[in-house]
Amino acid sequence: MEVLTAKYEFSDNVLKITLSGEIDHHSAKAAREEIDLRILECKAGTVLIDLRNVGFMDSSGLGLILGRYTHAKEAGSVLKIVNPSPGAEKVLRMAGSDKIIPIIHRKNN
Amino acid sequence: MKKVINETELVFSAVSENESFARCAVASFCAQLDPTLEELSDIRTAVSEAVTNAIVHGYRDSGTGKVYISCKILENRTLVIKVRDKGCGIEDIALAMTPLYSGDPSGERGGMGFSIMESFTDDLKVISGLGKGTTVIMTKKFSPFNFCSVDPKTI
Repeated sequence: MEVLTAKYEFSDNVLKITLSGEIDHHSAKAAREEIDLRILECKAGTVLIDLRNVGFMDSSGLGLILGRYTHAKEAGSVLKIVNPSPGAEKVLRMAGSDKIIPIIHRKNN
Repeated sequence: MKKVINETELVFSAVSENESFARCAVASFCAQLDPTLEELSDIRTAVSEAVTNAIVHGYRDSGTGKVYISCKILENRTLVIKVRDKGCGIEDIALAMTPLYSGDPSGERGGMGFSIMESFTDDLKVISGLGKGTTVIMTKKFSPFNFCSVDPKTI
């Protein structure tokens, strides 16, 4: 399977986290702590999680996003989802998470 | 009883590394139905939820025990997937199936597993007893196979 990787870019008070690969219970466990650490370190006003390269995501991925949303809020950051893949967006909308975490579609970046 | 056209069975250790193996194996078996990308994604997600539940809740993430999957393709492009564990079982099935309820105290799992299985398939049955393990039966009917979906000019 595709291993889950995270790429971090921090500029202009925005931390962009690009996740690539498959998010399930197994891969989410490893990603959680690392992402939390970066959110704490950067203390950015906005945290963007880019899901365009996430080929698969189940409710563990949803749990990962919701957990990071809470963590970011405690760190004083606002978290948003950018360009989710169709599969990831279906899970997010089915669970109604888009009512608290905005989903943004952008053509560039 | 509907006629079984094709079937397969899988048995694997209840470790989280096998979550991706299980959903990929079932998706590969479904390929003969020529599913749409969305149907395939729905099946992968529903299987991943059922298998994760078996590993995390059925066997309490102990790394012991086995997960059993059986897939049957019936007439009318219907797929029946059974995911079974011989773990601790569910005390209150209705409570476990409530959206946002999670038996995991860490709060990192969302509690949406059964809701996703329900919404991504056409029928979901859960059979469980304390100490007797849990069986999840999911049924999905695939959209009619359409030769016209391939543009003849591209052949």
